[in-house]
Amino acid sequence: MTTHTSYPQSADALRASDRTARPGATAGQRKLGGVAGWVDDRTGAGKGVGYLMKKVFPDHWSFMLGEVAMYSMIICLLTGVFLTFWFVPSLGHTVYDGSYAPLKGVGMSEAYASTLNISFDIRGGLLIRQIHHWAALMFVVSLSVHMMRVFFTGAFRKPRELNWVIGSVLALLAAVEGFAGYSLPDDLLSGTGIRAMNGFMQSAPVIGSYLTYAVFGGAFPGEAIIPRLYSAHVLLIPAILIGLFTAHIVLVAVQKHTQFPGPGRTNDNVVGYPVMPVYAAKAGGFFFIVFGILALMGALFQINAIWAYGPYDPSPVTAGSQPDWYMWFTDGALRLLPGWLEFETFGFTWSMNIFPGSLLLLPLVYVLLAIYPFVEAWATGDKREHHLLDRPRNNPTRTAIGAAAIAAYTVLALACTNDIIAIKLHMSINDITIALRILLFVLPPIVFWVTKRICLALQAYDRDTVLHGRESGRLVRTAEGRFFEAHEPLDEYTRWKLVQQEIPQPLELESGVDANGVRSPKGKHAALRSRLSNFYYRDRVDAVTPSELEAAHHDGHGHEAIEPHDAPASVGTSAHATEDDMRS
Amino acid sequence: MSERHTPSPGSGPADEFGRDAVRLDEGHIEGTGGLPDRFENPGLPPHVARKADLDEKAAKRAEKQVVGLFTLSILATLGFIVAYFAFDPRQQVFVPFIGRMSASNLTLGLGMGLSLLGIGLGAVHWAKTLMPDEESVEMRHPMRSEDEAREGVAATFLNGAEASQLTRRPLLKAAAGTALGLFAVPPLLQVAGSLGPLPHDELSHTFWDGEKEGENKYAFTKPRLVRDPENTPIKATDVTIGSVYHVLPAGLLDLEHGVLEEKAKAAVLLIRLNPGDFADNELGRKALDWSHEGIVAYSKICTHVGCPVGLYEQTTHHLLCPCHQSTFDVTQDCKVIFGPAKRALPQLKITVDDEGYLIAEQPFKEAVGPSFWERG
Ligand code: HEM
Ligand code: FES
Repeated sequence: MTTHTSYPQSADALRASDRTARPGATAGQRKLGGVAGWVDDRTGAGKGVGYLMKKVFPDHWSFMLGEVAMYSMIICLLTGVFLTFWFVPSLGHTVYDGSYAPLKGVGMSEAYASTLNISFDIRGGLLIRQIHHWAALMFVVSLSVHMMRVFFTGAFRKPRELNWVIGSVLALLAAVEGFAGYSLPDDLLSGTGIRAMNGFMQSAPVIGSYLTYAVFGGAFPGEAIIPRLYSAHVLLIPAILIGLFTAHIVLVAVQKHTQFPGPGRTNDNVVGYPVMPVYAAKAGGFFFIVFGILALMGALFQINAIWAYGPYDPSPVTAGSQPDWYMWFTDGALRLLPGWLEFETFGFTWSMNIFPGSLLLLPLVYVLLAIYPFVEAWATGDKREHHLLDRPRNNPTRTAIGAAAIAAYTVLALACTNDIIAIKLHMSINDITIALRILLFVLPPIVFWVTKRICLALQAYDRDTVLHGRESGRLVRTAEGRFFEAHEPLDEYTRWKLVQQEIPQPLELESGVDANGVRSPKGKHAALRSRLSNFYYRDRVDAVTPSELEAAHHDGHGHEAIEPHDAPASVGTSAHATEDDMRS
Repeated sequence: MSERHTPSPGSGPADEFGRDAVRLDEGHIEGTGGLPDRFENPGLPPHVARKADLDEKAAKRAEKQVVGLFTLSILATLGFIVAYFAFDPRQQVFVPFIGRMSASNLTLGLGMGLSLLGIGLGAVHWAKTLMPDEESVEMRHPMRSEDEAREGVAATFLNGAEASQLTRRPLLKAAAGTALGLFAVPPLLQVAGSLGPLPHDELSHTFWDGEKEGENKYAFTKPRLVRDPENTPIKATDVTIGSVYHVLPAGLLDLEHGVLEEKAKAAVLLIRLNPGDFADNELGRKALDWSHEGIVAYSKICTHVGCPVGLYEQTTHHLLCPCHQSTFDVTQDCKVIFGPAKRALPQLKITVDDEGYLIAEQPFKEAVGPSFWERG
């Protein structure tokens, strides 16, 4: 980088020109020749590639979560193609004659037999199978955590709502893809999962039995389900996944990555490393790291030992059967829904104890996820573009909503393990189920309230740090002989992170009453909106302003003397009470 | 002293980029003097050079580490190749802390993992120590196109509609719209219609009903109960108190086709209770009445979503489904006493034939397994 200045500049100065991502002429600069030149002569790709190579990506550990998801998906695709070379997607009957002695001579499906072959008779086959399964789990885990990062930092705000929606669809498809893959080997465990799926579909009002006969090609289990799941698993869903994922990445490049607030970072710049060479080396290297870790997991940790379960048969019992973790919450919901929800009208059965938990919950969760950005934007009336991330504490209500949602999800997922909890803790399964039913309704509001308080307290703590400096660990004795700890003022770079946030105001209620004093429907709309906006921003702790800091300096190290300048008094005091608590 | 930025609401980038952004293309900005409303962004902090930037020795050390990692990768790749040929997939080894595992899987995985990790860690370490670590700055622009371009697009579409005369000929518009709206019907009908047969009465009947003669007409033959999978009939006198048998109707296991499909509905659990164990209520009396001297037969398919019910607690006479823990009380006609299932497990009325073998006296009187809309 030739245009390098190492003294601080204001962000406005930065906007002018200097230190942009424009690598100057380097010693090694050469003309594009050879194959690259040949291709460019025919496609003009040089311009685009040159632009991409100079693109700047901000660096933060949490931005790697999406990368992990992307790489795990690619590794699933690669290892999956390998598996198709040996896997036989058929429920045709065969008698096992491979090298796994305990199952020799046992009748089973070709799907199960071929999975045994992959595991015991094909060199490296077990490794590929285990990497495939570990990568699938890594894919869903990293994608979920990535999604949480995006949520809690507000990265879904305009202009990125579209990408959030794409991401939600990707998350749903990943779970469905994983379920389909898990079902393919036709072992006793996954077969029981398919059996449950059959029961789910059968519970749908009116069309249930037609639906199962269509999907299974007749009576359960039939011979169609594995070939059908196979075509969904290796063709249909991967095609959609790849398409959506490509759109997802292209949008990230076009909209440029968001960045955390910090000195020199503004809403209209990106500060980070250019693709060539730093980002390319880091991101490219990271692919190998993820792949390497998955290969080590495949080497060391057994996953889904299908040979231990035996072939699927509808009558033997599988104790403690559980799906892969990302399906736990639906299975958990099924365990919590009480049986009395089923009822009959005119001889027709409404399985309200099954249908909502099995068929409705999964899409519902993802629809709620997908529409969140629009709800928040509407409630807050915010139509601006946001490229600077929120620190989660600076949007307490959003952070609390996210935490409450995670709490509800966790209760449902835990419910799926109620039998295991019961055994481990020597408790009655009935008590645990009842406790979880109550928790599902009680825990989220508690988590919401606690999270919000924690966020407000952290904001107050930030204010305090800005106003009174950081604890230096140095004790000072006053003239009267009292001790106090000396506080060091923050340098302006450190301080900026704590004062840059804009804390939005609740929307004023536009008068919804027309000239005749009649409430118009638009007025009701506005009232709802104002209530929502109040819900989001009523409790607020404002960022320190220069004059407050000035005043605090005059005031010495005592308590903050300034009233929050525009916070509603009632709540302002509550926030500041916390601040006092923290100091005493 | 810094100047005060007056936000200009509703105009261009200031609106797009946030409250404290100002337009710099509209001339000077007058400050008001005094303290600003907000702190100002101090700009990028000064760059701190790394050891390897200042000290050639440190740089050399970093280079050696990177080379070392790449070398590890090369060696691991060679190790993979050797292991591929050296180990039979069946060979087992003992690994401390983990247990017995396939030697081939272990060595291949370690080789592959280290070969990949060497490259990955090497590249990242290289980037962190030797590649430039100064951040650069790229500008953003609002996502929306310029007004002119937007108007241009709108005009193109309007002109297109105009030029195609779509706007002038409503009939044409309606016809084209309807045709386009319907073209997806043939492929959808094909796939939805041909995926599977109609269920007819199949979900309400099991192999216990006998040969099918027509819709809802079956030739019931009082089949014997046979053990699953031994396929042998059961003498009532063999069933001692407290025993549990997995049972199927005779003939099912001899089928050429559809064994699993029939099993999925016809599987039955056979349990012998002391006649005194049955609850002294209507349910208990009915169960005892349909039993043979305390031997009861119940559908094994859970009425929740169809897992096989398979845990029997002998002391309490409870049946537990392993899938979602629905619990059925055998002494009360298998009614649900806990869990998400609603309906009792259907009972099969049994008796004995002349030779003392257990037989079904009548087929199931209701549909077995998970609920469905028209089960009635
Ligand atoms: C992208 C996301 C994918 C996920 C999350 C995923 C997940 C899974 C899972 C969990 C299994 C069960 C593995 C086991 O036996 O333990 C599986 C099996 C399988 N997958 Fe995938 N998969 C993905 C992509 C693919 C692709 C693209 C292909 C092929 C082109 C593929 C081919 C297979 C095959 C053939 C099996 C059965 C073989 C076996 O079970 O050993 N998968 N998949
Ligand atoms: S299938 Fe038996 S409880 Fe759910």
